[in-house]
Amino acid sequence: MTATDNPQTTTGVPFTLNGKAVEARKDELLIDAADRHGVHIPRFCYHPRMNPVGMCRMCLVDVDMGRGPGLQPACMMPVTPDIKVDTESEATKSAQDGVLEFLLINHPLDCPVCDKGGECPLQDNTLSFGPGESRFVEEKRHYEKPIPISPLVDLDRERCILCDRCTRFAKEVAGDPLIHFIGRGAQTQVNTFPDHPFSSYFSGNTVQICPVGALLAQPYRFKARPWDLETVESTSAVDTTGARVLVQSSRNQLTRILGLDSDAVNWGWLSDKDRFAYQVTESENRVTEPMLRRGGDDLTPSRWSDATKTAARALRGDPARVAVLGGARLNIEGQYAWAKLMKGVIGTDHVDCQLSDGLPAPMALGLPRATINQVCAPGGVVVLLGPDPKEELPTLYLRLRHAIVEDGVSLIELTPRPTSLSDLAAARLHCVPGTVGQVAAALAPGVSNESADAQPADQMTAARALLDGSRPVTVVLGRANLAESARYTADAVGALQRLVPGVTFLPALRRGNVLGGLEMGLTAGFLPGGVRRAGANFPAWPFVPDFDGKDADGIMRAAANGEIDTIVLLGADPMEDYPDAALAKAALERVSTLIAVDAFVTSSAAEADVILPAALFGESDGSFLNLEGRLSPMLAKVTPPGQAKADWMVAVELATALGIDLGFVTLAELRAELSSMATTFASVDWNRLASADDGPVLPLKRQWVLEFGDAATPPAPSSYGLRLVVDHKLWDQGTMAQESPSLAGLAPPALLHLNPADVEALGLSEGTPAIIDRDGATLEAPWVADPSVVPRTARMAIRLPGFDVRSLLTVGRSVTNILIRAAGGTH
Amino acid sequence: MSRLTPENELLASEIISRYPRPKSALIPLLHLAQEQDGYVADDAMEHLAELVGITPAEVLGTCSFYEMFKREPVGRYLLNICTNIACQLTGGEELLHEAEKVLGVRPGGTTADGMITLEDVECIAACTEGPCLQVNYRYEYRVDPAGLRKLVDDLRSGARTDIPHHGTLQRVRQHIPADRLGGIEAPEVAGTPAWFTARQAPPSEQKAGS
Ligand code: SF4
Ligand code: FES
Ligand code: FES
Repeated sequence: MTATDNPQTTTGVPFTLNGKAVEARKDELLIDAADRHGVHIPRFCYHPRMNPVGMCRMCLVDVDMGRGPGLQPACMMPVTPDIKVDTESEATKSAQDGVLEFLLINHPLDCPVCDKGGECPLQDNTLSFGPGESRFVEEKRHYEKPIPISPLVDLDRERCILCDRCTRFAKEVAGDPLIHFIGRGAQTQVNTFPDHPFSSYFSGNTVQICPVGALLAQPYRFKARPWDLETVESTSAVDTTGARVLVQSSRNQLTRILGLDSDAVNWGWLSDKDRFAYQVTESENRVTEPMLRRGGDDLTPSRWSDATKTAARALRGDPARVAVLGGARLNIEGQYAWAKLMKGVIGTDHVDCQLSDGLPAPMALGLPRATINQVCAPGGVVVLLGPDPKEELPTLYLRLRHAIVEDGVSLIELTPRPTSLSDLAAARLHCVPGTVGQVAAALAPGVSNESADAQPADQMTAARALLDGSRPVTVVLGRANLAESARYTADAVGALQRLVPGVTFLPALRRGNVLGGLEMGLTAGFLPGGVRRAGANFPAWPFVPDFDGKDADGIMRAAANGEIDTIVLLGADPMEDYPDAALAKAALERVSTLIAVDAFVTSSAAEADVILPAALFGESDGSFLNLEGRLSPMLAKVTPPGQAKADWMVAVELATALGIDLGFVTLAELRAELSSMATTFASVDWNRLASADDGPVLPLKRQWVLEFGDAATPPAPSSYGLRLVVDHKLWDQGTMAQESPSLAGLAPPALLHLNPADVEALGLSEGTPAIIDRDGATLEAPWVADPSVVPRTARMAIRLPGFDVRSLLTVGRSVTNILIRAAGGTH
Repeated sequence: MSRLTPENELLASEIISRYPRPKSALIPLLHLAQEQDGYVADDAMEHLAELVGITPAEVLGTCSFYEMFKREPVGRYLLNICTNIACQLTGGEELLHEAEKVLGVRPGGTTADGMITLEDVECIAACTEGPCLQVNYRYEYRVDPAGLRKLVDDLRSGARTDIPHHGTLQRVRQHIPADRLGGIEAPEVAGTPAWFTARQAPPSEQKAGS
């Protein structure tokens, strides 16, 4: 049926609500229509972001459909023309009364010790709509008080009212149905299967949506009462999705993060990392005062002035011998201040906020951008040319999953391995490292090559059909494999651009505000606003660098060769976080001065000569630029500990020590200058940023012509070599997870994943570890036969406890071939 | 106890093949597991989850909904004595007490020799024949204490060959020859069945956009 066949698509559905004539939207549920007209119908199970189930009956209202009034659940009933709804009738009231009385029969009256007390829908509804007194005098049902159902979530089954929100969320939204209704009738309870905990990356959402205090977040348990909390709207800086959040504090401590229902971004959902990583601010290991190494000794606390003086001395030399790594942790303002300090004052262009784990800056900055809502628009085709979004951008994963499951979006995977979305994908093209460019090129009609021929023919056909131009196409673009040059990704981007004119991209990078960093010029060859360095005119800056700098790889190599004297680490920890561990070590040990701006003494900061203590998330005001180019506020709720300062202030201090006025001493001055320098920020109304719903999407349209290479021929594998795929897990040994007590233990042990066919061909036997050999460098690793691994590849994740895969990685290699043999055996 | 044996796993895949979606086969598979072990073991539920592609929690959700799937080991014979109103009036509770004495267990318990599990149940729909009971869901009518003692003796001595072990659903298993396996297409593949389209809803009742 087309839209014009049905008069309801163009006009509203007229009905009567409590005697007033109003209109509903087509297919709108009565409960939503009433909400829009200011009539609140009480509810427990209905949640606007999930399918209604009519579980709790709290929303019963009197509806007259022409045959006299009768009770109907408002959450299950799309409004039909001319119904008469009475939400205040005697029948409605007695239904509400009855439902609540029954719910309270088994609900314990332990509100004074319940986390939910004070913000509990059951409390609120009982007060507004319920009976004043209970007639129930019998014994209530009892269960063991909270049982842990995951490392992060406790479940108090006595309090559960069986609304099906948590279980529905787990199944429908997260796709992790690890909790379920167990039993029947009065004995029904929510629970997990024995020894299969609710270890979903999204478990914390169930705590937020539980309408009673049955699900409890362990990090928040007994920490605060809702009426004590102060709240500010902010943005999660855990990954580039920039999920919108509410940050809450009590007595100058961050206490809780809640998801904010933003239509454009995260729909109220968060990953557990978004939700619980705030604990990092409370870590005992925080650096709270400047640290200085005085002549080869240990790092000792110092005054700010001494620390900045030492740092300034090291920065005064030849700018071409100074480099900056990191900056993705910083907010936009911090990034601008540091870009100005290092590029406009010191004059170096050796700056990179990515650690060889992202995309080339021109690609991340210059490709036409899509928004999340455009990617997820019903009926579109999405090409995943990047990592598993569940592991690296989990909130984006929820949006993608919903788009595929509910809105008819078709997914084409162009990935080195199956992802968490593979089961839902319309075409799965899993490409051995080095071949993705060729496979993408062969999606064009009439093109074929060896790599594409190796793909299943039906999958190629399906993908070609989806890209035939009849449906809008967007690309979720990221770095899927750290052991493979981004060049092949670039090839695939070029192929897709040629095949689908007007295709747009969502740069799905992982590190916090890295796209802000790129936009602010924390990358070689660029200045704030995505302006190319060469020939740029920046009047507010003393000058601009007169040479094109090196990226992280170049900086590392130059430093290891003694060509760099001073490295500034802006929250970066290359010792642990740079893919080539040996090179990072060589580089950091060789430089004469290492300056770390960090909140922790990371492995890298431990090598530093100066540590300047930085404020973290929730401790300084600023803004965040997400992967869409959406600028949203990231606000302070507490004060930084000790003498730690916001990153932009650190830059100002350092400039002062250099005897230079950076040009701003307040955030407002900084922002005014930023807007005048970076044209993409020209129209930003900084004062309204905090009140704008989801933040404005900046006009990041570049006039550049980007030419990406023609599918380079992948290097041929040698003898029985496997090609390495290295990516990230959400829980790893990164600082954020390690310093948040409740997240620290979640990283799974490192494991080498091999296809069973390769296991057999290699003669590995169960129980014996494998020896991985890359050009003589060896690593012993436990392994697992995993049918999801693409044959002739080997997969492992970086930064997990057990072994360090980085000893196998050398930057600059196009792909990484490894040999594998059984430990103890011969070649 | 255990996952499905190789023979039962084979049987399971045949059962699964009869359904349009693997998870639709869950209840017959739970019966299969119960038949194998006398109850549905946790390991068996995990195995079924793998076989039909859902999580163990989902299997448990279905399994625990049904009283007749036992998730703890029960005896070879499950003795259900009705204590609902009609049987109560005709001596059901006395019968239960007698059983407790004879077996030495309370309802829910299993005799030390692992032979008999005693349960009291609500009406089993044989009210005219009370007091009545079931052994592995096979009825015994108008049972008096002496009859109960004889029944227990017979069960223990193996005299009641007519009653299979607990969990046995059927002694003759239906096998559908491959060429007669039909109609297993999922509705979304098979399209709307003819009987469904025959009556077109009037436009006013049709959901817009569908
Ligand atoms: S635990 Fe909470 S969200 Fe889950 S069913 Fe019970 S009341 Fe609902
Ligand atoms: S809100 Fe409608 S039935 Fe629960
Ligand atoms: S009361 Fe015993 S069978 Fe009905």
